[in-house]
Amino acid sequence: MQNLTVTELSAELSRGAISSVELTRACLDRIGRLNPELNAFITVCEESALAQAAAADRARAEGDERPLLGIPLAHKDIFCTRDTHTTCGSRILQDFLPPYDATVVEKLRQAGTVMLGKTNMDEFAMGSSNESSYFGAVGNPHDPGRVPGGSSGGSAAAVAAGLSPMATGTDTGGSIRQPASFCGITGFKPSYGRVSRWGMIAFASSLDQAGTLTRSAADAALMMQAMAGLDPRDSTSVDRPVEDYAGALGKPVNGLRVGVPRPHFAKGLSPGVERGIHAALAELERAGAILIDIDLPNNHLSVPAYYVVAPAEASANLSRYDGVRYGYRCESPADLEDLYTRTRSEGFGDEVKRRILVGTYALSAGYYDAYYRKAQRIRRLIRQDFIDAFRQVDVIAGPTSPHVAFPHGAKADPVEMYLEDIFTIAVNLAGLPGISVPAGFEEGLPFGLQIIGPDFGEALVLNVAHQFQQLTDWHKRLPETAAQAETGEN
Amino acid sequence: MEWEAVIGLEVHVQLSTRSKLFSGTSTAFGAGPNTQANIYDLAMPGTLPVLNGEALRMAVRFGLAIDAEIGRHSIFDRKNYFYPDLPKGYQTSQLDYPVVGRGSIVINLEDGTEKRIGVTRAHMEEDAGKSLHEAFADETGIDLNRAGTPLLEIVSDPDLRSAKEAVAYLKKLHSIVRYLDISDGDMSQGSMRCDANVSIRRPGADLGTRTEIKNVNSFRFVEKAINFEIRRQQDVLEDGGKIVQETRLYDSVRDETRPMRGKEVANDYRYFPEPDLLPVEIGEDLIKQIRSELPELPDARKRRFAAEYGLSAYDAGVLTASREMADYFEQVAQGCGDAKLAANWVSVELQALLNRENLDIADSPVSAGNLADLILRIRDRTISGKIAKTVFEQLAEGPQGVDEIIEKQGLRQVTDEGEIEKLVDRVIAENAAQAQQFRDGKQQVLGYLVGQAMKLSRGKANPAQVNELLRDKLQS
Repeated sequence: MQNLTVTELSAELSRGAISSVELTRACLDRIGRLNPELNAFITVCEESALAQAAAADRARAEGDERPLLGIPLAHKDIFCTRDTHTTCGSRILQDFLPPYDATVVEKLRQAGTVMLGKTNMDEFAMGSSNESSYFGAVGNPHDPGRVPGGSSGGSAAAVAAGLSPMATGTDTGGSIRQPASFCGITGFKPSYGRVSRWGMIAFASSLDQAGTLTRSAADAALMMQAMAGLDPRDSTSVDRPVEDYAGALGKPVNGLRVGVPRPHFAKGLSPGVERGIHAALAELERAGAILIDIDLPNNHLSVPAYYVVAPAEASANLSRYDGVRYGYRCESPADLEDLYTRTRSEGFGDEVKRRILVGTYALSAGYYDAYYRKAQRIRRLIRQDFIDAFRQVDVIAGPTSPHVAFPHGAKADPVEMYLEDIFTIAVNLAGLPGISVPAGFEEGLPFGLQIIGPDFGEALVLNVAHQFQQLTDWHKRLPETAAQAETGEN
Repeated sequence: MEWEAVIGLEVHVQLSTRSKLFSGTSTAFGAGPNTQANIYDLAMPGTLPVLNGEALRMAVRFGLAIDAEIGRHSIFDRKNYFYPDLPKGYQTSQLDYPVVGRGSIVINLEDGTEKRIGVTRAHMEEDAGKSLHEAFADETGIDLNRAGTPLLEIVSDPDLRSAKEAVAYLKKLHSIVRYLDISDGDMSQGSMRCDANVSIRRPGADLGTRTEIKNVNSFRFVEKAINFEIRRQQDVLEDGGKIVQETRLYDSVRDETRPMRGKEVANDYRYFPEPDLLPVEIGEDLIKQIRSELPELPDARKRRFAAEYGLSAYDAGVLTASREMADYFEQVAQGCGDAKLAANWVSVELQALLNRENLDIADSPVSAGNLADLILRIRDRTISGKIAKTVFEQLAEGPQGVDEIIEKQGLRQVTDEGEIEKLVDRVIAENAAQAQQFRDGKQQVLGYLVGQAMKLSRGKANPAQVNELLRDKLQS
């Protein structure tokens, strides 16, 4: 039953076929069996999960019919959870117990969900393979020798492997969409400001956005309904009404104008992905969508602009990890300088240090104009390109990632790793909603189609993704590990 | 040849909001260490700032009060440096788009003249916490109660030419923020802190190299620190040396400035716009509303006092230096109907009492109503000016009213012609020699005789009547 979608599970719970406790116990069992190999979870909360499940069952017995009531979920370990370890994939927060809940955590709890635990991630969300985690690499459920993508790799692997029917993630440059593509699931990043960042540990504040990892777009709609909304504690969250996402899922794509930025994915795509994306677009066209070639002239500048802006913000955001108030502190520091130097040298991994150095450099006197200011100018141009494009199309579609999941250790060169996000980064720079939906397989490994919408076009994007999933069944093709586990149970 | 000093001040004023600049924590002074620090103040991962609207309005109030441009699109920036009492590892401040732009302040100099000093800008920022080195052996304590307290940093143009001008500017600033009720301006508690940029040059020459004196915490020390620094720079230059651009600390015990250690001086703060806060849009409506709520400011009040009450510019200046003093004076003046007497009593007797007891006017032991009553009794000749001083002292000591004191102690002035005549006759009889001297033309003896009569009446006789009657009797 763990391979059912949230929508299906909700119906099963509602008609009394299963209880939340049974469902939660099944997830915990599966985590017990599969997590040693996948390493998708950093923390598992067995006791509290069963207690929450029992409470959900009691509420349901009293007539509570909220769609997410009693549904298990996993939180990326970037969201603060009161009195539950929150590591952000880093040694420096290895023993950190937040005294508060993130807004996302609070809202999903209030929606009746059951928290199974906290998922593995690239350290401070910096990475595209989940290999920078202090808590070890994560296996891709389709091939544990390969990466699940990152930085929300643990959440993606957990959902793909049926350890949890849904999970939260965060996306700064593709960290939800790329792992969703690699793991064959649905990953949705809303518009910047749609979901509160309060309690979500900051990587790059102007780009970070919380989102969902699920097995269908319809499930993403259910999660988003609970997560979205203005939060007075986050000054960058937006004050505009939350649409009825589930209610907007019925509109066929007939007449939908789909922008295709062909020049951008013509090069660098693996042959299988290229064929698959064209096939997916053709599928939409057959259903009545109108494909329109568009140009995003500054799109090729998105990776360099991103790798100035994001590290610059990160260099300041990570200054608070100084060994003074919480988190890792080096042994017997000789003086203040030594405390800072050793705490941070020992507490942060290589990729985090690299980005702090890059960001510090980009903001330094004499370099600010050449790097940070210029990158912000490019960012405005990139956003303007999208605004112009959305004058003639409703959504934009293309690949999520240039290829399928690669083996662990295959990308040792940091710059090669940075190019992983070449199709996703511009969406963050422009602050737009984007989703990755499974669109095919290459040599047994899944890849995703990315659908991008205009500002706050969450309902539109979710519906187009849902419609695609009505036309295709890629999202229903489970990885073998999950299927085997299922068989083993029966 | 003469040297000319060129001085600019950077003054940090702590805004008197109830809560911090970006969190809801209380800003009350004197709580136990770290009891006023919430998860944002502690820079817990995942926490975010929310701008305190009251702090913003206070900053705009200040801007309007000094006729400054208000930044319609004001931006917060992160100023990066590591220090244990700076929890986030950056201070949220403002760089290119401060809330208050160019304005000016008129200062009053001791010779009675005025001078207009340019204000370059004023921006909002959060304060740091405190490092406590004394309480722990080999360790440093961190108290984050102050971390995040709103500050307004007010930067002057280098228009000041002496330590005295700098102090006059600081005093005017102090007066303005108190009139506006945006800060208590208490330098001893750190609510107002001053950094001074000092250089010297030959008159008419280009600006010299400046030094910055950090964190001077009283008007007197500002004057002494600047004077020391001017002399030091003169000595260096006259010995053929060069001024090093550096940050110096004033040591009030040794009355000197010394360079800060290199480590205490950060160089590159790597400012960039704070991505956790949106730009602050300050609309015409808000500005209009705040402008309409501005109180009468010291300069305007001074002009009004001179015109309305006929006070000298000097008296008007003294009485309007603080809002509380001006309010007190107006209450006395209106209560007694004689502004000049009121001005005199407030600026001489009351001021002396407050100085002696080291009290603020807000804590004056003599209420404005009582002082007005007292002056009324002088005006209606119930008591003399001299007796009034005795009554004033007693007002300061207890709860009794003016009339109660006069009646209980029998201090009512003797104005009865018959009584005074008896007194005068007795004085002439008892001081026959002096009376004769006066008759012989030694006019100054009269004062002695009046004094004797007053003494005999225990001060209660009306001195003018005594004087007149004595003169009449001796000359007849």
